[in-house]
This record gives sequence, C-alpha cells and structure tokens, in this order.
Amino acid sequence: MIDVASVVRLAPKARLRFDRLRQQHMLLYPERGIVLSATAADVVALLDDTCEVKSIVEQLVAKYGEANRAAIARDVLELLRDLAGRGLVAEVTP
Amino acid sequence: MTPEHPYTLVAELTYRCPLQCAYCSNPVELDRHRLELDTAVWVRIIEQAEALGVVQLNLSGGEPLLRDDLAEIIGAARRRELYVNLITSAVPLARERLAVLQKAGLDAVQISLQDSTPAGSAAVAGVDRFDAKIAAAEWTTALGLPLTINIVLHRENIERVGEFIALAERLGAQRVELANTQYLGWALANRAKLLPSRAQLERARDIADEARARLRGQMEVLFVLPDYYADRPRACMDGWGRRFIVVAPDGLVLPCHAAHTLPGFDFPRAPQHSLEHAWRDTEAFQRFRGDAWMPEPCRSCDKRHVDFGGCRCQAFHLTGEATATDPACGLSPQHGIVLRARHEADRVPPPSYRYRSLRVVR
Repeated sequence: MIDVASVVRLAPKARLRFDRLRQQHMLLYPERGIVLSATAADVVALLDDTCEVKSIVEQLVAKYGEANRAAIARDVLELLRDLAGRGLVAEVTP
Repeated sequence: MTPEHPYTLVAELTYRCPLQCAYCSNPVELDRHRLELDTAVWVRIIEQAEALGVVQLNLSGGEPLLRDDLAEIIGAARRRELYVNLITSAVPLARERLAVLQKAGLDAVQISLQDSTPAGSAAVAGVDRFDAKIAAAEWTTALGLPLTINIVLHRENIERVGEFIALAERLGAQRVELANTQYLGWALANRAKLLPSRAQLERARDIADEARARLRGQMEVLFVLPDYYADRPRACMDGWGRRFIVVAPDGLVLPCHAAHTLPGFDFPRAPQHSLEHAWRDTEAFQRFRGDAWMPEPCRSCDKRHVDFGGCRCQAFHLTGEATATDPACGLSPQHGIVLRARHEADRVPPPSYRYRSLRVVR
C-alpha cells in the first residue's frame, strides 16, 4: 500500500496530456483515458523515479498553501492508491 | 444531437493479412475492398481527427505491419499527441522494426494470440505462426513497450482461459483481453462451430474473475461476455457515432468497422470528405444517434442510454432490419434467433471452419 514514504512512478503505458479542445487534463493508456482535475494532473506531473510522496505533498503545499496541508496529503494518497489499483502508477521498490 | 468530440480513431490501414482467422471481423467479401489510401492521405486523416478531438489512435487492419509507411503514420500521430496503439497479429515483425516503430512514437502494442499452443493457433488461423508471435511479444516487453495480449474466445479454446492468463503473465503483459467472438462477418458464417456452451462460458468467466482479483494493479484482466448469453445487448462502439470514427482501408468513414455491411447508407469517404464533415454533417453518422430512431421496446427502455440500442449490424444480419431491436436483448421480439443459436451450441459442431481468404493484391 502506497504511503507518504513511498516512491511512486507513472506506469510506462500511461501518458499525461492536456486536451486543449475539452480544456481538461487526461491520463491516456491503451484504448482508454481518464480525466484528471488540475490538482490531480499536478500530482501526476511530479511523479518521477526518485521522489517520495511526502516530497510531492511539500511541493503542492508550497503551491496551494499551508492551510490546505491535511487535505492535500489525504487527496494525494487517495489519488495515487486509486491509480495504482488501475495499474497506472506503481511503487518503486528500493 | 451530435456529440461534440470523438475520442478514438480506428485506422484500418489494410485488409491484407497473413492469417485467415475464422472469426475475422473484416468484410466477408474482401475482394471488393482492394484500394488502399496512401501515406499523405492517412496523415491528413490523423490531423483532421486530432482537430476534431480524437485522443486515441488504433492502428488496425487487416495487418497494419504490412504497410511500409507505418513508422511515418505513427510519427504523424505522435506529433499531434495522439496515444498510438498498434493492433497487430505481430506477423511479420522483426525486433529491429519494432524498435523503429517505438522510436517513431508508438505508445502501446496489442498482439493477438489465437491459442496457447502452435496447433491450437493453426486450427483457427489457418497457418501456424505461434512461435513468431511469442517472440514478438517478448521483444515488446524487452523494449519497454506496454503489451496487451488479445485472445478471441470460442468453443474450441475457451476451456484454456487459465492457460491464456498464465501465458500473458509470463510475457509481462499489462493487460489481457479475453474477448468472446462477436458474431459478425466471418464469425457469423462460422457461428455454429464457434459459439461456446453456457457451461463453458461460466467456467471461463469464473477463472477470469479470480485472476482479475489476484492480479489487480499488475495486469488488467478483461473478459468480454458474448452478447448471445448476456440477456441485454452490449453498448456497441459506445453508441453509434458517439466516441469512435473508423476509417476503412479504402477511405470509407464509418461509425463502426462493420457499418458498410448495412444497406441503404451513403457513407462519406476520405480524402474527398473531411472527418469533420463525416462527424457533424452526414446523415449516415446521424442515423442511429440518440433514441428517436429506436423501435419499441427500446424507445421506452430505461437502459436505452446505457446500451444505446445494442449493435445495428447484428440487428441487420440476424433480422434483416438495421432498425430492429438487437436480438441479443432478452426483450427483443426476435430473441428466439439467439436462443436457437445457444441451443445449437449444445449440439455437435460442424467439422470445419470457413476460413477468411483474400487474394493478396499489391
């Protein structure tokens, strides 16, 4: 289970893009895609092979404000666990 | 009534194929469709699709690898940020060519297998290319390309669903599609030999359900029920002219890959007509959108915006009327057609397939 100390990467099959016609962020994968909110797209854009979830939370707190820290931490974990269940992100094993 | 944007372009680059699968969804009268569009026209179609809102491109056929310009077509799509899926039999494919396609921008590869053994594959495909396909699947994962394994299920192979899932796992697939045959085209001609019994189907579904739970997050396990046993029709193409545009090898612009088998249509054609014109302005794309065209019991059915009235091609090929309620639906007055086919599935099947064939023209 992904937690704040996990390192999470985007699955090779998934690609983030902004759809200018629909004005929305999409995460595309074979034959499908899901629409991401602007903040969810922020999280996905920050994934790389070295960055811990808590560092992603820190970057979003810097962007959206300290007052939102608890909500950000909760939303980031919820999003990443949901995406992991779909095989769109995976934990990098140390 | 026109949906604002289509999501997926299915580019059927050619009907040519080295395999002769007895359930092929290509037209039965293949020789009528020899003409193929050139590279420049396909690039223009891709540009038009992207401008119209398409985000997914499925390169399909026939066998798209038989097009020498595949890398150019992939490159054009990727430059427009489309997600590019190659839907292939993987015959003929060399590792070097796969690497070239990857470099051109290919996002994902779907390889069809016919069975888990060479003999089983040859029985339905007419030729044995099993080992070449397995090698291609291994190169796909070795190159880091996401792999989907697709296996069309029928009564001769459905009892090996567990083996198919194990094979897909061993090959490192991200997704396995266990897709029961859709009975159109060649498959309808071979239905008595292909349709599984209910007992076979339920065993296979249970195995797939167990694997889906076990492999969650690692490999997606998709099991597509045959609508002959589903009691309600499938939402064919997610509804006519709602999400998909199919362009056939000769340029016909269609709401589904079998729509040109329906009589009384004047389908638009590339490059003479643009995709935008096809999507927004043609009667052919408009005809089965919404629910005004529906007969009863569909028109007042509370599922009419879930299944969109099922499959128009199936309705036509089973009843002779494209506007009829899909006979796969238990509420169809002609559901007896499907019930009789199920009944036949419990009897001994005929001895041989009618193989897909096509004189190869270059």
